[in-house]
Amino acid sequence: MIASAFQPIYTQIKALTKATCTLEAGGVQYDELAWVDGRSAQVIRVEGKNVTLQIFSGTEGLGTNAQVVFSGKAPHLTLSPLLAGRYFNAFGKAIDGRDEVQGDERDVKGQTVNPVRRQLPSELLATGIAGIDLNNTLVTGQKIPFFADPDQPYNRILAEVALRADSDRIVLGGMGISHDDFLMFQQKFEASGAGDKIVSYINTSEDPPLERLLIPDLVCTTAEYFAVERQEKVLVLLTDMTLYADALAIVSNKMDQIPSKDAMPGSLYSDLARIYEKAVQFKEGGSITIVAVTTLNDGDITHAIPDNTGYITEGQLYLKKDPETGLTIIDPFRSLSRLKQNVIGTKTREDHPQVMNALVRLYADASEARSKKENGFDLNEYDLRVLKFAEAYTRELLDVQLNIGTDEMLDRGWRLMSRYFEVFELGIRQNLIDKYWPEKTA
Amino acid sequence: MTKGRITGILSNLLQIEVNDTVRQNEICFVLKGEQRLMAEVIKITGNIAFAQLFEAGSGLQAGDEVEFSGDLLEVSLGPGLLSKNFDGLQNDLEAMPGNFINAGQRSAALNLEDEYAFTPLSEIGAKLKAGDIIGEVPENALSHKIMLPFKFEGENELIEIAAPGNYKLRDTIAKVKNEKGEVFELTMVQKWPVKWPIKTYQQKFRPSEIFQTGLRVIDTLNPIAEGGTAYIPGAFGTGKTVLQQAIAKNNRAEVVILVACGERANEVVEIFHSFPELEDLATGRKLKDKTTIVCNTSNMPVAAREASVYVGMTMAEYYRAMGYKVLLLADSTSRWAQALREMSNRMEELPGTDAFPVELPAVIANFYGRAGKVQMPDGRNGSVTFLGTVSPAGGNFKEPVTESTSKVARCFYALSQKRADAKRYPAIDPLLSYSRYLDYEEFQAFTEEQIEKGWTDKVLKAKNILAKGIEARDQISILGDDSVPLDYHRDFWKSELIDFAFIQQDSFDDTDMNSSIERQSFMLNRVLQICDREQEFDDFSEVSSFYKKLINLFKQMNYSDFDSDDFQKFNQELDSVFSTNLQNTEA
Repeated sequence: MIASAFQPIYTQIKALTKATCTLEAGGVQYDELAWVDGRSAQVIRVEGKNVTLQIFSGTEGLGTNAQVVFSGKAPHLTLSPLLAGRYFNAFGKAIDGRDEVQGDERDVKGQTVNPVRRQLPSELLATGIAGIDLNNTLVTGQKIPFFADPDQPYNRILAEVALRADSDRIVLGGMGISHDDFLMFQQKFEASGAGDKIVSYINTSEDPPLERLLIPDLVCTTAEYFAVERQEKVLVLLTDMTLYADALAIVSNKMDQIPSKDAMPGSLYSDLARIYEKAVQFKEGGSITIVAVTTLNDGDITHAIPDNTGYITEGQLYLKKDPETGLTIIDPFRSLSRLKQNVIGTKTREDHPQVMNALVRLYADASEARSKKENGFDLNEYDLRVLKFAEAYTRELLDVQLNIGTDEMLDRGWRLMSRYFEVFELGIRQNLIDKYWPEKTA
Repeated sequence: MTKGRITGILSNLLQIEVNDTVRQNEICFVLKGEQRLMAEVIKITGNIAFAQLFEAGSGLQAGDEVEFSGDLLEVSLGPGLLSKNFDGLQNDLEAMPGNFINAGQRSAALNLEDEYAFTPLSEIGAKLKAGDIIGEVPENALSHKIMLPFKFEGENELIEIAAPGNYKLRDTIAKVKNEKGEVFELTMVQKWPVKWPIKTYQQKFRPSEIFQTGLRVIDTLNPIAEGGTAYIPGAFGTGKTVLQQAIAKNNRAEVVILVACGERANEVVEIFHSFPELEDLATGRKLKDKTTIVCNTSNMPVAAREASVYVGMTMAEYYRAMGYKVLLLADSTSRWAQALREMSNRMEELPGTDAFPVELPAVIANFYGRAGKVQMPDGRNGSVTFLGTVSPAGGNFKEPVTESTSKVARCFYALSQKRADAKRYPAIDPLLSYSRYLDYEEFQAFTEEQIEKGWTDKVLKAKNILAKGIEARDQISILGDDSVPLDYHRDFWKSELIDFAFIQQDSFDDTDMNSSIERQSFMLNRVLQICDREQEFDDFSEVSSFYKKLINLFKQMNYSDFDSDDFQKFNQELDSVFSTNLQNTEA
């Protein structure tokens, strides 16, 4: 970036650390962007005349005579409908080889939605995946992460969910994702024919890690633009929030902040909440739904990142590999959608809550039978039946590869129950049995 | 007026060079174009004041001008607080236009143009002290007492008072002369700094009466006393907020102040939507009529989280001073502690455990200490009962906020992940939870008189059965169904009976969601009576099917109106289950 005329250039750096530099400068705004020998940087501390800058790509090779130019602006973004179908980096610059977008410039920090103006999120967001639509139904305006071990195909599933969900707009924020996954997103988006409703902000693992701190603000500002000004149903995808939090920890460490649990900054909860709370349903019809990915360390959910996330989001979806069938499923036990109560049985068919619970209960019986078997106890006739049921339930409903409507999921649920069980084993309300219980086929 | 200029910025911590005197905790405003951004002084060294900004510091510059107000963080107290939705600094959220809150946007807590029907209750010449009643106005179902403002000292002579009639909040309704002969005009609104407890009461009692929540596992097994304190720690997903909201709906308080501190916005939205519809069981009016919500959700300014709990407490004390029974709920106090931690960290103070400030236990203790049942000089009683949730990191209770709270709160409601997974709601573990009030002689005397003789012994007996049942269950699962004596199965099923028939409560059922003390005592007696009765079994499967029948009947009773025909019918069927049991074994 070249300084325009009349802009002062500072060349006397007083201190350098791995990620920051300090110099004397006047009239500087907090959060303002700057360039240090062409590298992007941001003001993170003002103390008297001293200004400390965080240099996103690191300070390696910088001299004390590096040229510092201030932009006079906090991070901002150009907003326009033309963002659709495009790919940008963490500074909002096009990385798809096309022209920069023209439009309104907007500060990316954004404002808080007045809680009394929020609407109760109660519009179903179907994905065709039974682990979500049947067991953990999503609604627009909700925020929910996938909790996944690093060996799970979470980004592929995230892309799949995004393309199937009924939304007007998708905004993808990639933070530290592999270049391969970036290409996968790109291919899937383009192959789907929906490429032109998607806006992507990408920081891959090849880019400087601190740059990914800028991604969520760009993503949320874009989402808010489409949801507020164009009243669209916006779906936001954020992957991987764990790598985002790791970058927060680096900055906090370089700022000499005392770490709290798991070397994370004490402000982790607020930092994550500021992003996730952008999920909202507006009265005018626009909405922002956030589906994120939080990768786990060996399934440990007590680690500060998933733990704080769990306190913020409205549920979580656990990806796991079913040991019996080898299929990837969304774990019916540990997953939860806190907002499903707002739609199941009312916006979906009346038998939804009862069928969902009965199936999960039977699946729980199967898991008990399995541990009984592993401990060398004899299995009774019921145990054998629930085990058969569990496998069929996994193959015919839970498999994330399936793409079926909610009514069809419920019908399959009834067929599964009638295949392996008698009515009295289910504890479902009689009037629903009368209406939906399929005739046994011999 | 003291003025200053910003010399340093680190996130929302400002360093301000000042030209005159400043007070610790004084409120100041940063002038930024049209905006006035509010901040609170938290440290002073020489002519530099450190202030925490109640906003993000983005866009501020060294040299920006700052004005000092001379006042601490204060709230407005007067008619019209009920039914309002405030932010953490007592801005009226409904009065703010647009979908978004702009930086520095303010709105008055009370609209001074609002009119109330004033009735004078004091006479000219009366000598008044702070907190003495001058008059009253109707506010929803309540008679809102207008008191001599709490800032007044000594005796003040009432020299003028308005005649009965409608007055605006801005109108003068009385004049008083203090001991020095200075005359003051009074409106129906006064201001009070939130960090200072309102202490116009004469004495504070040891809590002795039960504060009814309608939940059996609380009222009977682990009761909270009126003017008492309780806390609910729990990992995410165990139902803290759901439980607190159930208490907010089912209690018998006259005023409820709900503080949503650093939690999810959509949870507050649910309250906004449901409270105007739900009925208040104490008065038959709408819940909204007696409820004030203070809402600083997790994406709202972090520094205002601390303010939000104090704003809630001060309003609660204000209604207590009028003589009302107030319930204060805060969800979650951990978020407030985290806000303290963020600031302490920026101030580069030496940290305590888990980087929390070392004074955290003292701050928490002082806050819980503001609850209590009190008596005013004129004999009227009021109370603030406080219930806070704690969100321990990783669900581990060995962390500073949970530990500091456990030292000061008298009741502990342990939410159990296991119970939540098994869909046994409310997921309060009946044995890990405790209420110290059960040991208070005053409280025991109250139950003897108001509930029944020997009540606390019965409660302990129920807890013993539960404890024995858990031991039996462990033995059965180690040794197998066949290898333990039949007594083990009986002990286990007795505890299951108490669990299913008494502890579990269906918060979605209109009848079962709220149980009166009278009904709770009937049910407890009935369950204990059945546990004591002679039972004969041939094998363990008979035990379970026998108890399952009983449990089903008890559940049906819980779903029926108390003393209704259905209720009586199921109650009698309990006895017939016994007669078949005895016949079967004899045959």
